[in-house]
Amino acid sequence: MRSVLDILDLSVEELEELIAVAEDIIADPKKYSEACHGKKLATLFFEPSTRTRLSFEAAMYELGGHVLSVAGADSSSAAKGESVADTAKTISCYADIIAMRHPKEGAPLVAAMNASIPVINAGDGGHNHPTQTLADLLTIHREKGSLSNMTVGFCGDLKFGRTVHSLINALSRYEGIKFVLISPEELKVPDYVIQDVLEKKDLEYVQTTDLLEVMPELDILYMTRVQRERFFNEEDYLRLKDSYILTPEKLKTAKESLSILHPLPRVNEISVAIDKDPRACYFKQVLNGKYMRMALILKLLGIKV
Amino acid sequence: MNVDSIINGVVIDHIAAGKGLVIYNHLGLKDLDCTVALIQNVISEKMGKKDIIKIDAAIDFDMQVLGYIDPSATVNIIRDGNIIEKKTLTLPETLTNVVYCKNPRCITQTEQELDHVFKLTDAENRVYRCMYCEAKAE
Repeated sequence: MRSVLDILDLSVEELEELIAVAEDIIADPKKYSEACHGKKLATLFFEPSTRTRLSFEAAMYELGGHVLSVAGADSSSAAKGESVADTAKTISCYADIIAMRHPKEGAPLVAAMNASIPVINAGDGGHNHPTQTLADLLTIHREKGSLSNMTVGFCGDLKFGRTVHSLINALSRYEGIKFVLISPEELKVPDYVIQDVLEKKDLEYVQTTDLLEVMPELDILYMTRVQRERFFNEEDYLRLKDSYILTPEKLKTAKESLSILHPLPRVNEISVAIDKDPRACYFKQVLNGKYMRMALILKLLGIKV
Repeated sequence: MNVDSIINGVVIDHIAAGKGLVIYNHLGLKDLDCTVALIQNVISEKMGKKDIIKIDAAIDFDMQVLGYIDPSATVNIIRDGNIIEKKTLTLPETLTNVVYCKNPRCITQTEQELDHVFKLTDAENRVYRCMYCEAKAE
């Protein structure tokens, strides 16, 4: 049974195929409105999430399917101590596909090993978040016309930011990408991303603590939130959370063609004043996420329209 | 120092000096009833010093553990006083319940019945990562 747990579970050709399907959905949504008639998506969210869960549910409804939802570990049998493996086996009896978010890294893999239906990782701890990456890729593709030959800056929490790790992995397979990694020392990209992806593939990258210094060269600026729930220590969180706040002032040296992305939710790392700037793409990204989730659900259910 | 030859059993030779005791512990050799000799710091032309383990019984053991701890070691199977098989080791592609994930965010920390599985991701630098969370084996 095919599952998607990591963005690298999808080949470059499959990503192109998903982008093409998403573009077709955008062009003619009616054509897809009954594509998943009679199919059920189970959204199992064992960690707080609004947008990702709603995005999956909206995606399934717009495909004409149904949704079975578990929101929060407290309202599920996990609260009684049921294992992820047993939950996956049980849900396989009710639904056709699972979207799972879990605070423990690797939980969706355990689910996929035990389910008899496809499992989509909707975020596992600080590890992977492949469908956010699908949203990011469609956004970059729509803004720039391709996924090659550009300088991509990642800013903020690059240590715990799972969306950052997934997007670096995905972009590492395209030609001519330069990675600019902007973060405080404490929140630098983990060694497994540097060693196993960037250095192994001999890709161009720089690490810096100074956003302003690198701003003029960026084609994409991917901002991230410094997340409270990723810290064991409240003091560390309070000290670092405001490290990199994007303001109109800081954008003065940026390219006119820059695209600003953010996986959302935003706290204060992008000033609201930037929302009106044509370079702000983060709300388009939300919409693109829904289209890519629709394309992925269709693919994993083997439905062609 | 003289240690008797083995008639039927196993000799693990060419163990890097100092790793003999680690292998002894990982393979649980202290639990065997038969004679087991751990010889440390044996003078070796090739290696300078090496460790040797002699087990006076025809036992099977976990080759993946041995390959992980010391892939340069060799395993000689002895029958009727003769070497009937010489096994060379390689780094195993997968380790199951040999090393344990210490990442507090990993699913293996809460689901106790899960096997701790590590995959070889970089043979040159001997890097193993947890199958679930990708944390490096320590």
